[in-house]
Amino acid sequence: MSAPASPAVAPAALSPAPASRREARIALARQRLRRIVANPSSLIGLVIVVTFVLVAIFAPLLATHEPNAQDFAVRLSPPSAAHWLGTDQFGRDVYSRLVYGARPTLLIVLMVVLLSAPFGFVLGLVAGYAGGLLEAVLMRITDIVMAFPRLVLALALVAVLKPGLINAVIAIAVTAWPPYARLARAEALALRHADFVEAARGLGMGARGIVFGQIMPLCMSSVSIRATLDMAGIILTAAGLGFLGLGAQPPLAEWGAMIAQGRDQVFDAWWVAAAPGIAIVVVSLGFNLLGDGLRDVLDPKHHG
Amino acid sequence: MSSLARVLPVLLSTAFGLVSTLAGLLLVTFVIGRVMPIDPVVAVVGDKASAQTYAAAREQLGLDQPLYVQFGRYIAGVARGDLGTSTVSNRPVAEDIARVFPATIELATLGILIGVAFGVPLGVYAAHRLNQWPDHLIRFLALFGFSTPVFWLGLLGLLVFYSWLGWIGGPGRIGIAYRFTVPPRTGFMLVDTLLAGRPDAFRNALSHIVLPATLIGYYAMAYIARMTRGFMIEELSKEYVTTARIKGASEARVMWLHAFPNILVPLITVIALSYGLLLEGTVLIETVFSWPGLGLYITNGLFTADMPAVLGGTLVVGLIFVILNKASEISYAFLDPRTTR
Repeated sequence: MSAPASPAVAPAALSPAPASRREARIALARQRLRRIVANPSSLIGLVIVVTFVLVAIFAPLLATHEPNAQDFAVRLSPPSAAHWLGTDQFGRDVYSRLVYGARPTLLIVLMVVLLSAPFGFVLGLVAGYAGGLLEAVLMRITDIVMAFPRLVLALALVAVLKPGLINAVIAIAVTAWPPYARLARAEALALRHADFVEAARGLGMGARGIVFGQIMPLCMSSVSIRATLDMAGIILTAAGLGFLGLGAQPPLAEWGAMIAQGRDQVFDAWWVAAAPGIAIVVVSLGFNLLGDGLRDVLDPKHHG
Repeated sequence: MSSLARVLPVLLSTAFGLVSTLAGLLLVTFVIGRVMPIDPVVAVVGDKASAQTYAAAREQLGLDQPLYVQFGRYIAGVARGDLGTSTVSNRPVAEDIARVFPATIELATLGILIGVAFGVPLGVYAAHRLNQWPDHLIRFLALFGFSTPVFWLGLLGLLVFYSWLGWIGGPGRIGIAYRFTVPPRTGFMLVDTLLAGRPDAFRNALSHIVLPATLIGYYAMAYIARMTRGFMIEELSKEYVTTARIKGASEARVMWLHAFPNILVPLITVIALSYGLLLEGTVLIETVFSWPGLGLYITNGLFTADMPAVLGGTLVVGLIFVILNKASEISYAFLDPRTTR
C-alpha cells in the first residue's frame, strides 16, 4: 500500500487519475454512495436502515420506560402523552418495548447473514472453480436444501433445538445458505477461465489463492446485494417464529412475540399488536428498498 | 416416438432430481427426529432407569440397529403411509393429517384462484403499459408483500372486517350455529355445504374463508403478476409480434391470442411454485384464523412436544412442495414445443 494522497490533491475531488489505491477506493465508495442517495427510493431505504441500527444501539436513551416494567394500574391503556403507543396487558409501555425490540431483530438479522452467507458463498465458489464431481455433489445438495419449504423446516428445527433466540437464528441460517451458493458458483464459473485468473495460475498461484484472492473479491458486490435483500425475508421469518412462540422468549421485547401478546386483546386494544407490525413492515421495506438501490449501483449487469 | 426420445433425458434427470430431493427430505426429518434431540430412550424409560431397562427399551425401539438400518426402516414406513403415532392423541399421524388436510387444501386452492384471477390480467396489462400505473402498482404490491408479515395482516384484517365492520365471519371454518350440522363428505366445507343443499351454511362458510384466502391470494398475486409481466415483455419483443402488428391485428388480439398462449408454459411453473409457497404460508395464517388445517396441526404439535406430529406434517408439506416443483419441470418438458419437437 502506497503513502496517503499528497496534500496537493484535494481528497474530496473525484480526480480521474487517483494517486493511490486508497484514494481510488474512497472515490469509488463516494461515487456509489452519491448514486444511492440520488435515487429517492434507495435513499429512503438507507435512511430507514440507518435509523433502525441507531435505534437498536441507543435504545436505552430513546425509551421512555423500562421495557419490562409492569404497571397493572395502566394496563391496556390507549396511546397517550404518558404512553405514546399505549400499554400492553401487563401495563408495559409499548413504545419502549418497540424501541428495545429493534435489538433482537438486528441481532437475528446479522447473525443469520454472518452464518449463512459465508458458508453458501465459499461452498459455491469451491464448486464453481473445482467443477467435475465435487461441483455436481455440492450443487445437488444445494438444490435439495433449496427445494425444502423454509419456514416449515425452521419450525421443525426449532422444535428439537428448543425455542429461543439463538436456536431461531440457527434454524433460519440452516435454510438460508443455498441462494448464496448458487450465486457464487455462477460467478466462479464465469471467472474461472478469465485472463487474469489464467495469468495468476501461470504465475504459480495455487487454487486456494485464486479462489479467495482473485475470484472472491469480484463476487462481493453481488453477495452484499443478495444479503441486503435477504434481510427483509429473515426479519419476516424471525417475526413468524417469534409470533408462534418459538423465537425470543418472554419477557424479552421482540416484535413478533409482541404481536402474539397483542393477539388476545386485538379487538379491545389493537395498538398492542398493530405497533410492532408497523415496525416490522417499515424495517423490512427499508432493507428491500436499499437492496434494490444497491443492485442498481453495484451490479453492472443489472439494468432496470 | 422421436418426441418421447427427446423428452426422455429431461424426464430422467427430473426423476433423478425428484428421488434425490425426496431422499434428502426424508434424511432431514429422520435426523431431526432421531439423532439430534434428547435421547428417545430416556424419554421413554426416564433418566433413573437401570442399565438393563435402558438396553431393553433401546432394543425395542430399534435404536440398537446401525443408523442406516433405522433410516431404511423409516423410509419403508413412510412408503407404507406410516408416519408414526402422535404422542398426544395416540392416533396414527397419517390419519390425523388426512383429517385436517382438506381444510388447508381448500384455503390454499381458493387463495391460488384469487392470485391467478387478479395476477395474470394485471401482469399482462402492465407489460402493455410499461412504466405506467399498472407497472408501478405491481412493484408496490410486491414490495409491500415482501415486507409485511402475513400473520399481522390477518390480525388487522380480523380487527377491521370482523370486529369493526362486521362484514365477515370470524376465526374458524364456519359459524358455531352451523358446526356439526353439515355432514362431512369431501372435507371441503364449501363443497359439503352445497352437497347438503344448505345455501345458508355455504354463505356462512364463505364469509369465514374469504379473508384468509384473500390474504394468501394477495401474496400469490404479487408474485404471479410480476412473473407474468416479465414473460410478456420478453414475448412482446419477438419478431412475430411485430409482424402481427404490421398486419393490423388489434393490440388486444396481439396480447391475448398471439403472445399470451406462448407464456403459458412458464406461467404454469410459476403457479405451481406459488401453490407450494401458499401451502407453507397457511402455517401462519391458520394460527391467526384458528383454521383447523395442517398448519395448525403442526404448530399445535410444537406446543405439546408431539414430535411425530410435527415431523409428519413437515414431511407432508415438504413432499407436496418438492413434487409440485418437479411436476412443473416435467410439464415444462412436455408442453414446451421446443423440447418436444
